[in-house]
Amino acid sequence: MRLFFAILAGGLFGTGLYISGMTDTTKVQGWLDILGHWDPTLAFVMGGAIIPMFFAWRLTKGRTPLAGGNFPAQPRPELDHRLIIGSVMFGMGWGLAGLCPGPVIASIGYNGWEGALFMVTMLAGMLAAPKFGVQLDRLAAKA
Amino acid sequence: METDWIWGLLGGGLIGMGGAVYLLGNGRIMGASGILGGLVDGSGRQAAAEKLVFLAGVILFPLILRSVFSVQGSTHLTSNVSVIIAAGLLVGVGTRIANGCTSGHGVCGISRLSLRGLVATVFYILAGVLTLALFRHVLGVI
Repeated sequence: MRLFFAILAGGLFGTGLYISGMTDTTKVQGWLDILGHWDPTLAFVMGGAIIPMFFAWRLTKGRTPLAGGNFPAQPRPELDHRLIIGSVMFGMGWGLAGLCPGPVIASIGYNGWEGALFMVTMLAGMLAAPKFGVQLDRLAAKA
Repeated sequence: METDWIWGLLGGGLIGMGGAVYLLGNGRIMGASGILGGLVDGSGRQAAAEKLVFLAGVILFPLILRSVFSVQGSTHLTSNVSVIIAAGLLVGVGTRIANGCTSGHGVCGISRLSLRGLVATVFYILAGVLTLALFRHVLGVI
């Protein structure tokens, strides 16, 4: 059951990323390019994705997941240095290449050596992140 | 193109339904960086099978669509090796430090009215806008 929901969710996610044009870096960079030829598509994708998720979150109230277990707890609303610095770093990389993790995965099958290189460096970054985070915490504690 | 926004809305709807299935079915947040990163650094190896199956779905469905409808849309990814390496590292480190990306913070966070999700999204969009403006319109390298 869990695997069925997982493949269904992954399939919907991959299909949605593909047909919405989010695996095309020109569309993503077009959304960020407010000084050039601005492309609003990403806003429609975000809006279109948030609507079903909004209702899904409402449906979690007073229930448990269909495959058992519990729903994720509400995170503490902490706006710490990790959230801000991490998001800024992610945004810089996103702007540079026009790729975020979902589309990197969804396009890995047809994105050439460039996509593969992006995936490898992204995974390296993910592996380095815990150590980087500790250094960041030290700096934040001094500041 | 004029129809791009319709495909965007439709594709976005599918992304949101994927997130809804993952949440209501398995009780998990559909965040691409969290699922992939957790498998890679070992912090999220519990329920590894369903995460791998999820990733297989994400990779295989676009490939199937491409072969069935014989579309050859390009991703227009740059061939500039320095840009790819720098961007890949920033996306990898940044999403793990912030504990989320466009899908986790953006789609799943904002839809549950999470302040963290909203703030993260504002910051990565602002950083993306400024970085693109600098490297495209000032330095002219991308």
